[in-house]
Amino acid sequence: MSMFDAKTIQKDFPQLQRKIHGKRIVYLDSTATSLKPQSVIDKEDEYYTLYTANVFRGIYTTSEEATAAYEHARDVAATLIHAKMSEEIVFTRNTSESINLVAYSLLLHDISPGERIVTTIMEHHSNFVPWQQLGKERGVAVDIWNLTPEGELDLGDLEKLVTRKTRIVAVTAASNVLGTINPISKIVRTVKRLNSKCLVLVDAAQAVPHMPVDVQEWGADFVAFSSHKMLGPTGIGVLWANREQLDAMHPFNYGGEMISEVHVDRTVFKPAPHKFEAGTPHIAGVIGFGAAVEYLMKLGLDNVRAHEEALVAYAIEQFSRMSEVKYLGPQDAKKRGGVFAMTMKGAHPHDIAQILNEDNVFVRAGNHCAMPLHENLGVASTVRASFYVYTAKEDIDVLMESLGKVKKIFG
Amino acid sequence: MDLYRETILDHYKNPRNFGHLSGANVTSEEINVSCGDRIAIEMRIESRGKARIVSDIRFFGEGCAINQASASMLTEKVKGLDTRRVMRISLDDIQTMLGTTLTPSRVKCAILPLEAIQKAIRSLS
Repeated sequence: MSMFDAKTIQKDFPQLQRKIHGKRIVYLDSTATSLKPQSVIDKEDEYYTLYTANVFRGIYTTSEEATAAYEHARDVAATLIHAKMSEEIVFTRNTSESINLVAYSLLLHDISPGERIVTTIMEHHSNFVPWQQLGKERGVAVDIWNLTPEGELDLGDLEKLVTRKTRIVAVTAASNVLGTINPISKIVRTVKRLNSKCLVLVDAAQAVPHMPVDVQEWGADFVAFSSHKMLGPTGIGVLWANREQLDAMHPFNYGGEMISEVHVDRTVFKPAPHKFEAGTPHIAGVIGFGAAVEYLMKLGLDNVRAHEEALVAYAIEQFSRMSEVKYLGPQDAKKRGGVFAMTMKGAHPHDIAQILNEDNVFVRAGNHCAMPLHENLGVASTVRASFYVYTAKEDIDVLMESLGKVKKIFG
Repeated sequence: MDLYRETILDHYKNPRNFGHLSGANVTSEEINVSCGDRIAIEMRIESRGKARIVSDIRFFGEGCAINQASASMLTEKVKGLDTRRVMRISLDDIQTMLGTTLTPSRVKCAILPLEAIQKAIRSLS
């Protein structure tokens, strides 16, 4: 923790050197997307500058360099989440696509009317809409795991939710609105005890960037996350599943790169993960993602989590002095990530975000791709501030000062 | 912070023509999908010769200061106007009315009440 200095880290992020209207930027929207360090930008640039070539094909030097850099990213991603082997890492476009891959490649043709799916009310649309639509298409009921008054999931509810008919439980590791960090290992163990054949998919888009994740310890069947929320380029997502699971699944995108033999009447697919990566991939993005993973591992994910937990505790203390502001989710810093979705008496989230923007405090207003959750909580929208490795205590001070201005205008 | 001028805050905190209209003969509703805000318009439109006049109007719903002030000021502006003139009101007119130019992300907030009013008028013809 003492080694972790957000202000030093800020120097690695060129956008934080930018001044708008002569003032520095306080970026508090990392839950939507994170900023990128120079090393990631340079790495992507390196591919375009030095070894632009398609992967897996050329016998020439630059193509081999590109392939090596591309596969290196898979290796470091596997290391980061403690996958057993690199082949368990499938590159997609984003978390949504990773989840859709499971829905299309595994369940669409394999789930029967009468079977059931469980998801939670705190999901991002990415882990909600695919199941809702699959349910409609296949005549499968989707059961919703609701919240406790503290904004958490109660493990006891699983006893009723998970039946012999439940095929998959889709749950987020950390909420992008409530901040709640869910006990994934315990959830998986409970689900498997109730129905050993039931699959568990974890939306880890808000977990992998912010805390140590060990897929072996979790014991889930699928883990999905996105590069752009963890210092990497946009347009890259990851789906993790164990090798046997991936081997058993059918690809849902067909075309180039994913085949080993094509004849007029039949095709032999490559083994996983390549059978799921049809077409020329976002090579530069994957290579940049590799640099992002390396940057995060150098910081140490346990240090990242400790840093954010300290920020959360500090923010909770500051919010307690501003009675007009109410934030959603647990009150205990240990139970939540660096995300605060707030409402303020008399002020609309749009207006709050607009006034904060005058001070270059960048927050998000709206429902944060979690409309069912907002409906469930009876709030039309919230304004959300979120933290990451480059967030310093001083940034929270600026936020509070800016919120004070909002209070003056609308109070 | 010129966006939050006194007049806008005044209309936000004390909206004019807010509520329901008894004897309304046309209504409509618009939703801002980016924030879930909604606005409903109720109008009484009367024929006077060839003209169709907005003789009375109310609005309700929830929204940000820009949205609510726009609705409040707009209902004052259109009352007594011929519907053909109301249909010609543009985003530029709204910005002039609010006394500010809006960034792209806020245009929808300001224009939503106008869209609801014009939709209601279109539904008549």
